[in-house]
Amino acid sequence: MKNFSLGKAFVPVVGAIALIYLLLPIAHVIVFSFNDAGRNNIIWRGFTLDNWQNPCGAPQVCTAFGNSILVGVVATVIATVLGTMIAIALVRYRFRGRSTVSLLLFTPMATPEVVLGAGLAAQFLLAGVEKGIGTVILAHTMFCVSYVVVAVKARVASLNPAIEEAGRDLYASPAQVFWRITLPMLTPGIIGAALLSFALSFDDFIITNFNAGTATTFPKFIYVSALKGVPAQANVLASIVFVGALLLVIIVQVININKQKRLSRA
Amino acid sequence: MAFTAFSTGAKAVEQAPRKRGWVALLLLAPGIAYMLLFFVAPFIQLAITSLQAPAESGGIGQYVAAMQFSNYWAALQEYWPQLLRSFVYALTATIIGLLISYPLAYLIGVKVRHRPMMQGILLILVVAPFFISFLLRTLAWKSILPSDLIGTHFSVIFGLVYNFIPFMVLPMFASLQALDLRLIEAGSDLYASPVTVFRKVTLPLSMPGVVSGTLLSFIPMSGDYVNASREFLGGTGTTMIGNVIESNFLQTQNYPMAATLSIILMVIILVIVATYVRKSGAEDLL
Repeated sequence: MKNFSLGKAFVPVVGAIALIYLLLPIAHVIVFSFNDAGRNNIIWRGFTLDNWQNPCGAPQVCTAFGNSILVGVVATVIATVLGTMIAIALVRYRFRGRSTVSLLLFTPMATPEVVLGAGLAAQFLLAGVEKGIGTVILAHTMFCVSYVVVAVKARVASLNPAIEEAGRDLYASPAQVFWRITLPMLTPGIIGAALLSFALSFDDFIITNFNAGTATTFPKFIYVSALKGVPAQANVLASIVFVGALLLVIIVQVININKQKRLSRA
Repeated sequence: MAFTAFSTGAKAVEQAPRKRGWVALLLLAPGIAYMLLFFVAPFIQLAITSLQAPAESGGIGQYVAAMQFSNYWAALQEYWPQLLRSFVYALTATIIGLLISYPLAYLIGVKVRHRPMMQGILLILVVAPFFISFLLRTLAWKSILPSDLIGTHFSVIFGLVYNFIPFMVLPMFASLQALDLRLIEAGSDLYASPVTVFRKVTLPLSMPGVVSGTLLSFIPMSGDYVNASREFLGGTGTTMIGNVIESNFLQTQNYPMAATLSIILMVIILVIVATYVRKSGAEDLL
């Protein structure tokens, strides 16, 4: 009997420990955004709101942050368009070389970032392209396309083609069917894929490091300043992103749960 | 970060394949061209670079095209300890990560399945780390862990496990969420002990999630260089192959060495992944 209850407690206990493990560093980052740290944000030196009042106070930190947003937005827009087109083609059409195309899109996700980064950097070196924000965008778009394809493919596969057929039966042209039926039904999936793509790009460091040259993104700023001490302003910006993203996800979850409740009542 | 890719909410609908090949071609062409240019071509470039020889001028970063296959032997001879260490770290971290992630995925996917609110909260907590810079989080461990632990094998593996737990939990959760609980009930009705039910029913049915979760973390772990670098959780004796590739490429500008090591890393990973996938009987997953 005792063994049995031990077995029952095992999963929740390990789960709770795992969650604390996951969340402890996040708490640390947020708490240390209030540290009266000066240059070296490693030891707690007392509470202050200064960093929050002036998040751009440390040199370069907001430039790097702005660059990350720019790269994320541009790479996401291109990757979402390209990836959505591929996803539709992969689900809706049978053509020769279909499995080769799938493999081509899967492989970047199964390649260590250091290899992707070094390969692209070698390519830019040979082509004589100077590394900077532009090459970072090209690199990020590449790995984001793969993730967009996977995410949108699932959505396309779950679409009911009968609705599109109904549109055609009502004399809608193929273009009308696409813009007024297919695309609106895919939108939630596409938005999800775009958010994923932005998050991946925004937090990428390894591929960026190989292809940024002298340009800085937010993760690269943290890596470079890790040696001499990351300013607390970086913690502030990261905390703002964290809270914003968390709120967004909570809102989406609440809407989903309410929708499910309504559906199960009906 | 690939959590939407694993969501199992939507079921595939039977869709009649269409034939208009030119539409498919039109949809595919731009994206495929992009991937050929920025994914396939760099691989070829990496292979070419890995065979280069130093230029006669002998300047830093000056290399000429050659077929110098001896680069591979030289790379292996010089850096086999770092290569070996990378895979030992990645393997250890994957096993520890699995032991931590599976119960967490089971908790979310099975135990709280009928409490959507609780399940939602737990899922948000698992993906929460994705919303805050992984470099800052890794750096945070440097001040949380006792300072005499920093720079050891322990701290690097600790960091690797930490960084990749969500990548394991999410696919395992997706598999466990899809598991039919009546099968577990049937098992215990037939007098199987909880351990037997787990071994014969739950685990085999969740294998797809276990395989993709372990692969999704093992592959990036073996190429990681943030955790093992000295500014983060590593020390002089913890250098991984990613650190070597980075310093050869970006600091000493020994491009052939960096390229050779990248190709070696990739080949070893392919061999390990192919063996693992075959052994676990999950070929159809790929």
